[in-house]
Amino acid sequence: MTIFEKSVSGRKGYSLPDEPLHDSSPLSNVPEHLLRKRDPELPESSEVDVVRHYTELSRKNYSVDCGFYPLGSCTMKYNPRLNEEVASLEGFLHLHPHQPIESIQGAMEVMYELQKMLSEITGMDAFTLQPAAGAHGELTGMLIVKKYFEVKGEQQRRKVIVPDSAHGTNPASAKMAGFEVVEIASNSSGLVDLDNLKEVLDDSVAAIMLTNPNTLGLFEKDILEISKIAHKNGTLLYYDGANLNAIMGRVRPGDMGFDIVHLNLHKTFSTPHGMGGPGSGPVGVSAKLKEFLPVPIVALNDDGYYFDYNLPKSIGKVRSFYGNFGVLLKAYAYIRMLGKDGLKFASEMAVLNANYLRVKLSKLIKASHPGICKHEFVLDGSILVKEFGVKTLDLAKRLLDYGVHPPTIYFPLIVHEAMMIEPTETESKDNLDRFVEVIGKILEEARDNPETLKNAPYTTPVRRLDETMASRKPVMRWKKEK
Amino acid sequence: MSRYSYIPHTETEISEMLETIGVKSIEALFEDVPKVFDFKLDLPESSDEFSVARELKALSKKNLSLNEMAIFRGAGVYYHYIPSAIRYLSSRGEFLTAYTPYQPEVSQGTLQALFEFQTMIAELTGLEVANSSMYDGATAVAEAALMAVRTNGRNRVLISQTIHPEYRHVTNTYCHAQSIEIEELPYSKDTGQIDLEKLKSTLDDDVSAVIVGYPNYFGIIEDLKKIKALLDEKIMFIVVANPIALSVLEAPGSFGADIVVGEGQPLGNPSSLGGPGFGFFATREKFVRKMPGRIIGETKDVDGKTGYVMVLQTREQHIRRGKATSNICSNHAHNAVIAAMYMSLLGKEGLREVAIRSFDKAHYLFHQISKIEGMEPLFSGPFFHEFPVRLKGTSASKLNADLLKHKILGPMELEKDFPELGNSVLFCTTEAVRNEDLEFLLGRLEEIL
Repeated sequence: MTIFEKSVSGRKGYSLPDEPLHDSSPLSNVPEHLLRKRDPELPESSEVDVVRHYTELSRKNYSVDCGFYPLGSCTMKYNPRLNEEVASLEGFLHLHPHQPIESIQGAMEVMYELQKMLSEITGMDAFTLQPAAGAHGELTGMLIVKKYFEVKGEQQRRKVIVPDSAHGTNPASAKMAGFEVVEIASNSSGLVDLDNLKEVLDDSVAAIMLTNPNTLGLFEKDILEISKIAHKNGTLLYYDGANLNAIMGRVRPGDMGFDIVHLNLHKTFSTPHGMGGPGSGPVGVSAKLKEFLPVPIVALNDDGYYFDYNLPKSIGKVRSFYGNFGVLLKAYAYIRMLGKDGLKFASEMAVLNANYLRVKLSKLIKASHPGICKHEFVLDGSILVKEFGVKTLDLAKRLLDYGVHPPTIYFPLIVHEAMMIEPTETESKDNLDRFVEVIGKILEEARDNPETLKNAPYTTPVRRLDETMASRKPVMRWKKEK
Repeated sequence: MSRYSYIPHTETEISEMLETIGVKSIEALFEDVPKVFDFKLDLPESSDEFSVARELKALSKKNLSLNEMAIFRGAGVYYHYIPSAIRYLSSRGEFLTAYTPYQPEVSQGTLQALFEFQTMIAELTGLEVANSSMYDGATAVAEAALMAVRTNGRNRVLISQTIHPEYRHVTNTYCHAQSIEIEELPYSKDTGQIDLEKLKSTLDDDVSAVIVGYPNYFGIIEDLKKIKALLDEKIMFIVVANPIALSVLEAPGSFGADIVVGEGQPLGNPSSLGGPGFGFFATREKFVRKMPGRIIGETKDVDGKTGYVMVLQTREQHIRRGKATSNICSNHAHNAVIAAMYMSLLGKEGLREVAIRSFDKAHYLFHQISKIEGMEPLFSGPFFHEFPVRLKGTSASKLNADLLKHKILGPMELEKDFPELGNSVLFCTTEAVRNEDLEFLLGRLEEIL
């Protein structure tokens, strides 16, 4: 039942100071026609109604706190509660963006230090904390590419190369920045095809967007060669940081030759995901691109921390104020607790978990690519269709009955019936073993009684939902029945 | 055992796992990674929870919290009272640590909460459809401009100079990238409202959209009816609204607005140095396929039970890639759910009461300030809970420095963003300003001026 249906006229769930109004009809000086004729239909509820309603809703949600959440490319690691505690400290939570800077020096110190730490982790020279999410970081990066070539007088560079294994946000971001997107096919090993790349690389190419390791969980081992070819052509190399969790403390995008990097703080630095946001997508750049960053960045001089707006070639602003400060605090706390060795250890355990799971699971369902993976890997579910007549989707739905969140399915698009699995470093060996066991059981069910999978799930708050109808005749708000 | 509390692996388990994989060491898992980075990160050592918590607490104390001051500054971020229940409900792990509802059967909590949020935004704006949030007010305005161009194919966007300066900057950034022409519309020096004559003479067949504030950056309530009357059928009418004000002001949808956007922070989200809040975005049903962002819809499951799913995903980047309506993927779902909780607690009465109290205090302050020598309200147009004042005798920065000594966060200084207004400031009040704070402020103003 929705909160609207639970509404009872006359109830309230708030209280305000009992102060007299200064004017008994305070709205009298607003022209009549600008005043609302009909109240908005908001629910009327007591505090206990609201607490029970949202508590009930929360119990219909799966989350990392509930169990294993191996969504590939999403890095659903455990979210330490210290992060929440620091972000809700009185002196951080209630700050106005236009407070005098001398009254927010502590907040600015956190941002300044975070800029430095992220620069060190990625091997870049400067960072902006402004972008609100990974895709927003991509857009920021692409705008920097654009401005850089505008200033250089190379407006003919209107193309951006994106591999077919890339996240959907990559082509969308490049397009939003006004570029033409050129997709290149991966080779049979799942990596960027050097010949393909060389073929499309000419002086009309502004940038190449790469995720490394890529969305198949494979490290682009030719990266130094790619970066050499790109730079020789005057093309910039953009790093999609969605998969940074695999290589933290081992290799840095900057050292691999990337010119621009975005990070997903909510993924790699566990800030957490909040049902799909807020995220945070800081962007780092090499020295030659620093002056193109959005304004302001946090800087330090003898008087203390200040907002530096003096970047004459800046692309402008990409969101209001300074970014998702509350999220930045969480990432800062996370990095401080793990420290330099901990970050490296985290990526090692993420890669260990992924390979362990890959080896065990690929005995049941073929992996899309053999050999060592990084933090994630892809299974090729086409055998399910061939042998049992069930789809990856059916297996995913059946997993819900076993209390496990399914992997990412049908992505990357280049693998049929794909299942993309990222266990992250915060899962124990026992949990991974249990997951393998569950997959084994479901495969037995698929063999013995495939209908069990096709009709799954059975035990969830609702069962398989009609998504086609939902989009064909969309109902996007609640309405009182007449 | 691992030294790090977030990583469960024991030495024994690590060895067993390496053996299962068939490699000798962790290093073997990274053989394909070039050794271009052989030094250690120049970062602090790992630390324990107790020490990091202490360090951050100390840093937080170097800031002056709004809770310790009387607040007369808004300018896009507003200090309203946030009921306690919100923090406890919203910090439940099932909301906080869930992801995008890719598996709707186990994400009904997220989906229903966002469906309710969309309903509330549709009610407030008077439009048919709202999405489940944007990053902030600024990106919502920018995306609205892009949507207008996508919808009518025209290439010129007129934006009022009294739209929040940061929103204008962001809109410029987004539009410049797509070679969309942006033109600023001046305001009347008398009323603070958009200059209707100027608007009329600027309109032509190339104009894709007109963007106005409601109330605008100066707190002035624009006459949406008069503006709409000037626009031809094809021009998209975009209104940037304060959601609290919409509980007392006629819904922009009733005046024919095509898109209504704004910053949702005032709805139960703390100011948090300006982020995260969220952007809200509503439009008419006929434009829904042009709208950016995630939308939640109602449907049935195989047993006929009502449930919720993400709808119209074919507009989105993960399906349409380069042809998507926007690259937005993660939004600000958690903040939107907080807003739904806030609106549920306050209800139609409460939201109205918050608006009226904010309004009443601002008008009282305006009235009293008009009597003070050395201060002069700038505009005669009707206003909500913010209004600008020109200072004589003392500079805005000096005034604010003096007020800060008394733990008053004084009005926003306008000269940087509006040099033509000279030494002027923007006062704001909400229901969280007590009557005694008002008197205290007035006493200080009389002293200083």
